[in-house]
This record gives sequence, structure tokens and C-alpha cells, in this order.
Amino acid sequence: MLTCKDFLGWLNDYLDETADEEVKAQVKEHITNCVNCWVVYDTTKKTLQVYKGMEPKEVPDALRAKLLEALAKKCGKAVS
Amino acid sequence: MATSGTPPPAEPGLALAELDDAALVAQTQAGKVEAFAELMKRHDRKILRLARHITGNEEDAEDVLQESFLNAFSHIGKFAGNSKFYTWLVRITVNQALMKLRKRKSDKQVSLDEPVAGDNEDLVREIAVWDETPERTYSQEEMRRILDEAIESLEPIYRTVFVLRDVEELSTEETAQTLEISIPAVKSRLLRARLQLRERLTQYFRRGKGDDAFAYL
Repeated sequence: MLTCKDFLGWLNDYLDETADEEVKAQVKEHITNCVNCWVVYDTTKKTLQVYKGMEPKEVPDALRAKLLEALAKKCGKAVS
Repeated sequence: MATSGTPPPAEPGLALAELDDAALVAQTQAGKVEAFAELMKRHDRKILRLARHITGNEEDAEDVLQESFLNAFSHIGKFAGNSKFYTWLVRITVNQALMKLRKRKSDKQVSLDEPVAGDNEDLVREIAVWDETPERTYSQEEMRRILDEAIESLEPIYRTVFVLRDVEELSTEETAQTLEISIPAVKSRLLRARLQLRERLTQYFRRGKGDDAFAYL
């Protein structure tokens, strides 16, 4: 039977699906019986989901133009 | 996205935007600068975000973006294609960003050394369920601000690992290699980073803000 401290130690592997079957079963059993750890698991999982789902901001045109200019300077010719 | 191994020859007449990364790299190596410009356009948003997350500063991030692309361009002849071009670019960017971070002498808080190990249990204070769809509560801009601020509030030692593993989706091994730290160090820093972010985001995303944290019981 896992303790809450053991659960935290396995949380990454469980979330990343790299835990072996035995550990997976033990973590699953623990979060089924311990509401606080289930909340920690669920909200950490959602933390990863919101970051993975966030598209990066557009790069401003002026910055893109500056990058092309720097590349042109580097190679000594205009870049379209 | 490029595949590892020998890049296939580009079909004549194919527009640059239609080529994969490996073909663009091959064309750049053959002297076609426009192919590299296409690689920049394709990856600049993610590279700028990565630089911003590590440096925590917009101006530094823009410098890092430019330095990283120019550095990659200078060394493209040495890129053998054993990894994806993007992964190689991420490594260059991380190095540039870390150098920038270390040079920031005025910021005495910047340290990438191993911290004093604490107990992970100390990082779990907020126990509250979240809204099922926090993205419906906040606009995309607000969400981005909340997520960026949460990352920036982490110490560099944690945020670099989190950004590489969970935003850039590098493997544990690639993250360890890029940061020149051990795999156990990646794992322990990642856990602390994830728990700290979870804690900060709970302030925004908890179900029915102001309710009793245990109201769901």
C-alpha cells in the first residue's frame, strides 16, 4: 500500500506513463482511496495539458524583418 | 518536421514552404540562404517562447532568438542530421539563453546550481479541484499571461527543466544532455516544477473561486 509520500515519488512516472504495471496499479489504487492525492494528480495532469495546448504568440513582423536583415548581413547578400 | 537520417533530395520546383526541415537543411548546406529563412519562419514562434521562458525577459528573448538562428546558420555545415533540426536548434537556444541569464549580473537570484533538497510534500498546500474547462473562463490572452507568469515565478533551475520537458516535449535524456545535468536531477527538478506550477495555477483555476476547497467532498 502506497503512502501519500510514495505517491508523490511516483507521480511523474505515472503522469508520463513510464511507470511499470505494478507501480501503475498501486498509484491507481492510492488515488482511488485518497481524495487529496487524486486532486493533486488531476490538477497536475491538467497543468501539463494547459501548457501543452497553448499556442505560442506570433512573432511581430518588425522582429521577423530584423531577423532576415541579420541573416542577410551574416551571409553578405539579400534574403527574401 | 525533419526526420533523422539522410535527408531526401528536394524535388525540383517544390516551394520552400512545402519542404520538410531535413530538405531545407540540405538546401541551406548547399548554399541556399532562402531555405534557412524558411526554417527561421517555421520555428521562430516556438524559439522565441522558449527564450522568453528561460530568460524571463522579452528584450533578452529577442536577442537570444537572433543569436540562436545566426549561430545555427554559422554551424549548419556541421549539422549531421542525427537529431531533428528543431531539437538541435532548441539546444543552441537553451545555451544562448542560459548564457544570457548568467550574464545578468544585476540579478543575484539567478543560480542554476543544485538547490538544497526539500521535501516534495512541502510543495503541496492547495488541495482544490479545478474547473473542467478553465480555458472557457479566461480569454486566450489571459490564459497565456497566467501561464507565462506562473513559469516565470519558478526559479531558473526548475523552469528550464519544465520548459524543455513539458513545453518543448524533449525526452528526459535529451533534457539532461541539453542542460548537462543527470537524469535523476531532471526528474527531481521536473516534479518540483510541476508541483509548484500546479500550486500557482490552482489560484486561478480552482472550481468556483471562493468556495470551500473541500466542497466537492
